[in-house]
Amino acid sequence: MTKPVHAIPDPAVFTPVSIDEQLCIGCNLCLLVCQADLFLPNPIKGGAPIVMYGGECWYEGSCVDYCPVPGAITLNGQLFNRVRWKEADDGGAGRSEP
Amino acid sequence: MERAEDPVTYPVPWPYPIEYDQTERLDADVLVIGGGDAGCFAAMSAADRGARVILLEKAATIASGASGSGSDHWESAATNPCSRVTPEELVDAMIRSHDGYNNGISHYIECREGWDRLLDVEANGGKIRDTKDEFAGAPFRDEATKLLFAYDYHNRFTLRIWGETFKRGLLRACRRRRVRIIDRTMAAGLLTEGGRIGAPVVGAVGVNGRTGKFVVVRAKATVLCTSRPTRIWLFVPGAPGISEFRPPQCTGDGHAAGWRAGVAFTMLEKAIKAEWSGSRSFPPYGTGNNHNSWYACSMVDARGREIPWYDRDGRELKTVEERYRPAPGQTLFLKGGGEPDFPIYEFQGPDTPPTDELLQRGYTLPFYADLTRMPEHERRVIWGMMIGNEGKTKIPILQRYTEAGFDPARHLLQSYGDGWKSGAFLPQERQFFGLPGGMMNDWHLMTNLEGLFAAGDILFASNCDGHACATGHYAGRHAAGYARHRGDEQVDEAQVAALRARLYAPLGNDRGVSWQELNLAIARVMQHHCGEFKTDELLTNGLEVLRDLETRDAARLVARNPHDLIRSIEVCNILTSAEIVLYSSLARKASSRELHFTRLDHPDVDPPAWRKFVTVQQTPDGVKNDATPLDYYGNLTENYERENCDYLDRRTSR
Ligand SMILES: Cc1cc2nc3c(=O)[nH]c(=O)nc-3n(C[C@H](O)[C@H](O)[C@H](O)COP(=O)(O)OP(=O)(O)OC[C@H]3O[C@@H](n4cnc5c(N)ncnc54)[C@H](O)[C@@H]3O)c2cc1C
Ligand code: SF4
Repeated sequence: MTKPVHAIPDPAVFTPVSIDEQLCIGCNLCLLVCQADLFLPNPIKGGAPIVMYGGECWYEGSCVDYCPVPGAITLNGQLFNRVRWKEADDGGAGRSEP
Repeated sequence: MERAEDPVTYPVPWPYPIEYDQTERLDADVLVIGGGDAGCFAAMSAADRGARVILLEKAATIASGASGSGSDHWESAATNPCSRVTPEELVDAMIRSHDGYNNGISHYIECREGWDRLLDVEANGGKIRDTKDEFAGAPFRDEATKLLFAYDYHNRFTLRIWGETFKRGLLRACRRRRVRIIDRTMAAGLLTEGGRIGAPVVGAVGVNGRTGKFVVVRAKATVLCTSRPTRIWLFVPGAPGISEFRPPQCTGDGHAAGWRAGVAFTMLEKAIKAEWSGSRSFPPYGTGNNHNSWYACSMVDARGREIPWYDRDGRELKTVEERYRPAPGQTLFLKGGGEPDFPIYEFQGPDTPPTDELLQRGYTLPFYADLTRMPEHERRVIWGMMIGNEGKTKIPILQRYTEAGFDPARHLLQSYGDGWKSGAFLPQERQFFGLPGGMMNDWHLMTNLEGLFAAGDILFASNCDGHACATGHYAGRHAAGYARHRGDEQVDEAQVAALRARLYAPLGNDRGVSWQELNLAIARVMQHHCGEFKTDELLTNGLEVLRDLETRDAARLVARNPHDLIRSIEVCNILTSAEIVLYSSLARKASSRELHFTRLDHPDVDPPAWRKFVTVQQTPDGVKNDATPLDYYGNLTENYERENCDYLDRRTSR
């Protein structure tokens, strides 16, 4: 096979996780545990992994769970699945997840 | 250090070496396919019996499978020291509550050996007891053993566990036993003697999802642990990962490989109206409900009026405590993953009335889960322990909601659907959920193909971690026993070459069909031809359209790198699984309540002549149907003890 091989990110799909480029130490643990194998290692050594196949995320959060640096990687909710709760005592205004 | 600052918006050179043209040849006594709960235990027990074991895992064993991120309860551990039921009593309740359509063998193994497996989990670092005394004095805790129980606090056969700690321990246990673990490699076809359908299995081939390398494993025994297929009726374009409840990489690869080799399946005509999918339901366990992890949370309506609980006799339960006890005169009740869809009076547990009844009685929507009304220990065990250890809850629910300010002592969590489902589906949107069909098994958990064993959720009528771990261990040790007496059969090179050619074909296409488009098409065909209502003509037409997709369009699949290649092979397997469903549905010429199976052309529901397991399999002469009595497993205790003398001897000596 001589054709060059590429992966092409599709901006139209979900963004399940965000990586803080300043905090990430490029250890690639998220990439190691991810069931969906949706990350690619950054071509620049030490750089944050690339979220390549965002739509394939199962949203179980293993990448965040295994990340050694708190806050370096965040699991985002799905916009259309935002859940609501309210105060028990006054039945007042609702709030929802971030 | 130089860093990539911007989101990547340009083609990225493939970061792994491309090895499409390489073939790695491996040899094992026992090959385990799939490294979830069942696969890890199969590998461990086979290795403990001296077998050289290879484990192929499509993802990464450390966190893969339905319970890779956790689980919060372990069902049917009837031999735990606090249990008040015997394995025989419990499995009898499970079989009768499913009108006989249940796997007597695998669930007896679950009831009888589940507690042994929990002790193995604990020995490998998993947390199964309240060692920090966080729930000292709670009614669901046994003070001597520090075990915590769920649902039926009297009978104590389902345990609350810290499943979030389990999977890493199982990986360590496999490594310690020198199991050769090959991650990121998808098993993509079974090899049979002489390449013949129905012949003994001699190994499998695989494809590496990062490099594209081809792997050929010759094995004396093979254990399939790839769970049940997903995405047959449900597909969300752009978000395939949340198209279903189960992990996206469980795409029926074992089913498809087994079908092509001649494995017999049963009960695959059973598919329920869907309960979970990312496009139609909210995150599992993340909305107001009172089932499963949230059992038995108080619920209130929009005006704050509490929704009542009743026992099987319609007696209103005045205290929270009573929701966890059998009714007066009742021996036990069944709740949880194996909970029957149509409970029988004998084992029917406490519950709240269905939503339509509540609306008629004047309760107003929306409903909310109200943890503030629960006793403090129940509140903490639901929010913090169960939600936190249950799969897909630690980060997406517990951490995210807590960060956003959710406080279980102050807040009401909104409900969006019936029961614990939190979703609304159309009747033609079906799903394998609860106890669906799968591979037929004998008392060794061997399939009808010599040398091919099955464990966990690939078996018919299977579900739950305890079942997966127990059947995995069982299949692994019987596979090792089988391998000891098996000769050195060779793989058939013509079969290897044919598989390679078929699997790698999408790499040769520059333009054509994407795997997502094909998956969406399959789901649409299945909704139209095998949805709520079935007829011979609908099902036959469905098969015709699927075959057309298979011959014309699957041949046009495009894969630009190894990742796309895996996804393309998966969708071909989903297509094959859909075909098995259609053949299974065609074979049953009667409707069935327990199987959620409505035949407009055979409207009789469960006529006596059709109370049997209908099996389907491929033979060299085409697809064959057969039937097996519902109680084909015979006397459970006697047969189990006859087939497992070794295990019972070891167990008494340990
Ligand atoms: C969110 C969630 C929560 C749950 N909570 C509970 C609970 O609290 N209690 C309970 O008892 N049950 C629970 N269940 C059910 C339970 O997790 C499953 O019944 C059990 O894990 C099934 O085990 P398994 O080994 O058969 O399948 P899985 O654990 O799913 O493992 C299958 C493995 O096969 C691999 N695989 C698939 N195809 C291939 C291939 N072609 N080649 C190689 N590898 C492959 C997969 O990557 C995966 O690792 C839950 C399920 C889910 C989804
Ligand atoms: S949540 Fe799971 S599937 Fe999604 S990126 Fe993280 S590890 Fe991968």
